[in-house]
Amino acid sequence: MTTGSRPLRPGHDAAAFRRHQILRENVIAWILRGCAFSAVAGLLLIVLFVFKEAWPILGDRVTQQEANLAGFFSQPLWQPVSETPKYGFTPLFAGTIKVVLVSMLFAVPIGVLAALFATEFASPRLREILKPCIELLAGIPSVVLGFFGLMVLASWLQPITHAPVRLNAFNAGIALGLGIIPTVFTVCEDALRAVPKSFREASLALGATPWQTAWNVALPAASAGVGAGVLLGLARAVGETMIVLMASGNAAITSGDVFDSARTFSATIAAELAEVVVGSPHYATLFFLGALLFLLTFFINVAAGAFVDRLRRKLAGA
Amino acid sequence: MTTDALRATLRPLKKSRPFDLAGLSFTALSGFAAFLIVAMVAVILGDVVIHGAGTVTWEFLSAAPKEGMTKGGIFPAIYGTVLLVVLMTVALVPFGVGAAVYLHEYARPDAWFTRAVRFAVANLAGVPSIVYGLFGLGFFIHFIGGSVDRALGLDVVFGQPALMWAALTLALLNLPVVIVTTEEALRTVPREMREASLGLGATRWQMVRHVLLPQAMPGILTGAILSVSRGAGEVAPILFTGAAYYLPFLPHSPTDQFMELGYHVFVLATQSPDIDATKPLLYGTVLVLLLITFLLNITAILLRARLRAQLAGRS
Amino acid sequence: MTVQTPERPAVTQEPPRATPPPPTVRAQQPETAEGASPTHLSARGLDLFYGAHQALKKVSIEIPSHSVTAIIGPSGCGKSTLLRSFNRMNDLIPNVRIMGELRVSDIDILAATTDVVELRRRVGMVFQRPNPFPKSIFENVAFGLRMLGLKDRNELEIRVEDSLRRAALWDEVKDRLDRSAMALSGGQQQRLCIARSLAVEPEVLLMDEPASALDPTATARIEELVLDLKARYTIVVVTHNMQQAARISDRTAFMLQGELIEFDDTRRMFTSPHQKLTEDYITGRFG
Repeated sequence: MTTGSRPLRPGHDAAAFRRHQILRENVIAWILRGCAFSAVAGLLLIVLFVFKEAWPILGDRVTQQEANLAGFFSQPLWQPVSETPKYGFTPLFAGTIKVVLVSMLFAVPIGVLAALFATEFASPRLREILKPCIELLAGIPSVVLGFFGLMVLASWLQPITHAPVRLNAFNAGIALGLGIIPTVFTVCEDALRAVPKSFREASLALGATPWQTAWNVALPAASAGVGAGVLLGLARAVGETMIVLMASGNAAITSGDVFDSARTFSATIAAELAEVVVGSPHYATLFFLGALLFLLTFFINVAAGAFVDRLRRKLAGA
Repeated sequence: MTTDALRATLRPLKKSRPFDLAGLSFTALSGFAAFLIVAMVAVILGDVVIHGAGTVTWEFLSAAPKEGMTKGGIFPAIYGTVLLVVLMTVALVPFGVGAAVYLHEYARPDAWFTRAVRFAVANLAGVPSIVYGLFGLGFFIHFIGGSVDRALGLDVVFGQPALMWAALTLALLNLPVVIVTTEEALRTVPREMREASLGLGATRWQMVRHVLLPQAMPGILTGAILSVSRGAGEVAPILFTGAAYYLPFLPHSPTDQFMELGYHVFVLATQSPDIDATKPLLYGTVLVLLLITFLLNITAILLRARLRAQLAGRS
Repeated sequence: MTVQTPERPAVTQEPPRATPPPPTVRAQQPETAEGASPTHLSARGLDLFYGAHQALKKVSIEIPSHSVTAIIGPSGCGKSTLLRSFNRMNDLIPNVRIMGELRVSDIDILAATTDVVELRRRVGMVFQRPNPFPKSIFENVAFGLRMLGLKDRNELEIRVEDSLRRAALWDEVKDRLDRSAMALSGGQQQRLCIARSLAVEPEVLLMDEPASALDPTATARIEELVLDLKARYTIVVVTHNMQQAARISDRTAFMLQGELIEFDDTRRMFTSPHQKLTEDYITGRFG
């Protein structure tokens, strides 16, 4: 009676084959680990190089004479290419806040309500119209939305808003809103769909109407997901470039009026970086703006991630 | 008080429902929001199709821009876009698939390295596209390209905006897309397949190579197509890394600059001296860009739907 | 989840590890079986935890070669876990801790130096649900061989045919070897999975409820096949079907809540079990 392996291949050195195979497995595992590391390396390099090019603002005397932190916040004007360059962030702040605020006020109610409609009220047929529309909207490149804001939307909105200029913060905000509706919708819809059916059944069985159920049961249960959707939309709105660059008019003026032309952080980088001298104070300032954008979106995304975790725990614990 | 006495103080519950105005208007409002989305998509697409369809002729697709971009076609932009996404895909897919295989099949979920990779993937996806552009300029062009030039004693060859730098920048931008969709695809392969292959004495890589990857292929394709579609439409990352306003020749080396559809839309819409003369070309270019991205997206959506149906059928 | 049984028989309780080899529940040499066959698989004081839950408690068993051993017990008793320990399939589950000693012939299964891939080539496994790859019938059977680096088409064909014959499937599929394995019936798929395991020439075949997903006719064919195969392989079958255990096995192990309650010659087990719990289970008083 044999207990050892029957030879599968006579004359074949099984041990050598296996040694070779183990070596190969190890090499492949290291290659795959390297691939996975590329994501970490990518993120680290982004941080490293964006901050490296922005560093002269904080650490280089010559650059600091022209562009420095104190000036960013005290200087009221952004005129980087004038005789004496002025790098005041205030107008850019004002522009960013106006555009993002308009876009959020436009996109959040539409995105959240439409998600509620899709999950709570819509018949399967209606849902099948709505979902591909969202996918289509999400698939429209931002440069096309920028084009639409610039060429079409601006001409339609100006007669209604009586804005002094065609391209203004309001116009850019609406166009930007179109870009973030899919984000808000998708995240909210996922969260609402994750609410167990038993919650809704319990509410309906107590005699609550569908909208009472949607408003008092489904939406609160999914509230963390809605929060995540809003934050992810916010992060996109802050970072989005092409739409704002094309539809906002790009005038760096400090004003509270949404019908004035506006210039955002991201649009400033896009509009000016191609023309600056590498290593100049202006160049470092634009990278500094990029670093700020990175940090801002990074923290918003981390917060959104925390919301998602909370939703998961809440529904898992329920 | 006794229970009976307490109960006597209560009024009977009203069981009949009054006209529910708040409820109705709430429902109507949510329906209106959904309708708005559908309407806006229809308006955007309708506008582009109506104004653009007349322009898109064979000549438009096959000719170069003429007379200060007020006449002619967009062939160089199409050509540049195709080259860009092909290069991007070649750089991106092996890394993305490799990383996903590592995360899903090799990594211990609680190891610090795994957590670091997942953290990086999640946050890469949130980095604004313009920051990728800054990174491409600072890292690929000035650091890598500049170093290569210095090392080889060249004049400026690598240290300037070029097709390959733009492709690499876009590859990093899309890395999370490919990783996430590939992982999702690997999740759809049932556990039995893993047990069956390992139970037969297959090594881990043999299992991945001969069983998991073939079965996950539709999902991997979905991710690749989605990122190609995104790559074709993203303009901000290539603004400073390689896209050219106008080139009299087609790029023939990875170190050349290139014209690109999305960037061409931006250029025509904002830099044209005579917007009325440019308008038909602009609409035509937008239409072509939309058609390309939508065709890619629809393919990806159909593939993904099939994949999800498979998954649902199993669980 | 688990309900404490009030009285636990003392026989299966293991003394601490430091003492000389614990008295394993050794089958009394069955008069009917083929004499004293050497032990092929063995477990000693095996503990297994899924996180905090202990799935196996000090299990000790010696399984002789070239025989069919059935493991029975109510669901959740640890019988599949024990089976999957013999080729370290439990490694695939996160948070598993395993202690004790496991051997196949002379190899220490749990040793850190043990090559799991090689172990699994020697200890094959057939799963509860037929799990053919979505490939052709031929490629399914050839899979393990290809993984061993076998490329010669001629040899592959011979080995595939041989395995299919041994799994009693050859006559049914010989004309459609290049068709998808997914098109086969459930019973055929399961025999294909058996053929696939046999192709890499294992010594041991672990079967995890191989017939539970099949209809009675297909089940009967699998059972016949198991009886055929024991001349060449050591077979361990997990089953929840006591009739099946009685029909095909030489020895039967009864497990309850992670413990091996009794292990004996199958006929004796089903006619005069030593343990009250075994008797209760076999006569259907619980489970």
